[in-house]
Amino acid sequence: MDKKQSNGNVVKFNRWGYIFLIPFFVVYVIFSLIPLVTTIYNSFFENYRSGLKQIGPNFVGIANYFKLLGTPEIWKYLGNTLIMWIGGFIPQIVVALLLAYWFSDPSLRLKGQRFFKTVIYMPNLIMASAFAMLFFALFSASGPVNQILTSIGVFAEPYKFFDHIASARMLIMFMNFLMWFGNTTILLMAGMLGIDTALYEAAEVDGATATQIFFKITMPILRPIFIYVLITSLIGGLQMYDVPQIMTNGAGTPVDSTTTVIMLLNRHLTSKNVGMGGALSVFLFFVTGILSLVVFRINSRSEN
Amino acid sequence: MNNDISMKTHGLPVGVRRAIAYIVLIFFSFLCLIWFYILLINSTRSHQEMTLGFTLLPSTHLLDNWTSLVNGTIPIANGFLNSIIVSGCTAVLCTYFSAMTAYAINTYRFKGRTAIATFILAIMMIPGQVTALGFLQLINKMGMDDSIVPLIIPAIASPVTYFYLKQYMESNLPLSLVEAARIDGSGEFRTFNTIIFPLIKPAISVQMIFAFVGSWNNYFTPALILHTDTKKTLPVLIAQLRGADWLRFDMGQIYIMIAASIFPVIVIYLILSKYIVGGVSAGAVKG
Repeated sequence: MDKKQSNGNVVKFNRWGYIFLIPFFVVYVIFSLIPLVTTIYNSFFENYRSGLKQIGPNFVGIANYFKLLGTPEIWKYLGNTLIMWIGGFIPQIVVALLLAYWFSDPSLRLKGQRFFKTVIYMPNLIMASAFAMLFFALFSASGPVNQILTSIGVFAEPYKFFDHIASARMLIMFMNFLMWFGNTTILLMAGMLGIDTALYEAAEVDGATATQIFFKITMPILRPIFIYVLITSLIGGLQMYDVPQIMTNGAGTPVDSTTTVIMLLNRHLTSKNVGMGGALSVFLFFVTGILSLVVFRINSRSEN
Repeated sequence: MNNDISMKTHGLPVGVRRAIAYIVLIFFSFLCLIWFYILLINSTRSHQEMTLGFTLLPSTHLLDNWTSLVNGTIPIANGFLNSIIVSGCTAVLCTYFSAMTAYAINTYRFKGRTAIATFILAIMMIPGQVTALGFLQLINKMGMDDSIVPLIIPAIASPVTYFYLKQYMESNLPLSLVEAARIDGSGEFRTFNTIIFPLIKPAISVQMIFAFVGSWNNYFTPALILHTDTKKTLPVLIAQLRGADWLRFDMGQIYIMIAASIFPVIVIYLILSKYIVGGVSAGAVKG
């Protein structure tokens, strides 16, 4: 009798679980799920402005998707995004691995670790739009970087960083690198500190070199966190927007070489090209969805 | 490249390896800080001084630049106020309701609990941009276009904050405490507000900072929603500087505006860096 009553109480209490979930789900459904559904719905309609004339909405099936994936535009911008992501990610992961390895190496006993970690993480918290604006001012033809470079004789006259494909892209890559390498270092370090030191000691006793230890012990154990960093960075990279948008004033100059996929989405959104914007959103939803599945697997594995 | 470095350092005495580590660390710290140093210096210099060349030492025009910015065409005071309101409200709503969601999943054993937890985990990485189109249409229908409200309310459903707080509760919140509160006759809501919430304060404050900074820096959505100059947040106003014929602009004003929008975050960060850097690694997956 007693037992039954307490069971009943627990069940009664457990109903509170639903009540506490209400705010999250109400807001999620209204501001994320319904927009997702209407975005998908819109992608099946021809609906845009041509000058002052409004075309549609007319149902066109999957014609928008054919148009989106059949024109070279999207592939070019996807290529731009990936190039600028890779260019930032490779130095980022190399430097982060190296720094994390040093930070967590007990034989080095580096001093001032907190200072260094604080400094290298800082760019991650900087407003990307202000940071982009800052770089635009610093690297402009009359900016301080050109003033310094011409005064020490590197260039005879100011170098126009934003007029050349390579230098414009490299600046964006460099900013992505600066903003994210500290974050990656801290993530990798958390993984490295979790490795049992007995493993290293045993390897050293067996006469393994530092290189062997790194590639045969550290790297395999770090694999899950490494994949996590890679995929989350790729998802973040596909969302690249603030830096190129502000640096190039939305134009993706020179010759659309720095236009990213989200900048294209933004163009569709501001020009009210609802159909194509919808198709592009759904395309991005599937790409990031597939990538998130990998992260989801890693997260749910760490849950158990 | 990494291979090369470890090959080179292998066999070297610890002292040399340590020296290399310090040199590389100092180099990257320099690379992180130099831009903000130039920004700080240039904020104190007048437009004329800047056209003459770069100097390592600050000048005396910090206040002049500031007054000309405040009296200029950009509604900077409004921008600050809007940014503070949006970020502050976002931080509070996001952490409070994420804690509530995490508490529900962590404490109660109801039907569908695992399914709901899995669902939130699955939607965690979906970026907001992919629903922006539908979101904008919805905002228009609700009459909330050109308002800061739609920048704040959606923060109630923040899967990432929820995930971090749930991880924290799992390892730091004994369920016996909830039982004890029940025996003492405390209602579920009161238990959450007066006992649980204060207990998870360390995690809440870290997440509050992240939510605040994330919202402070957000550009994509505010740029699409806010149209009236006096309603815009700082990132949108900064983008506007770039949009203007910026060569004709007073560079002193540009630098001080960038500085003013960056430095509040830097100051908060430097005061709380211990917790923030700790929070980053705590949120990582346990490999």
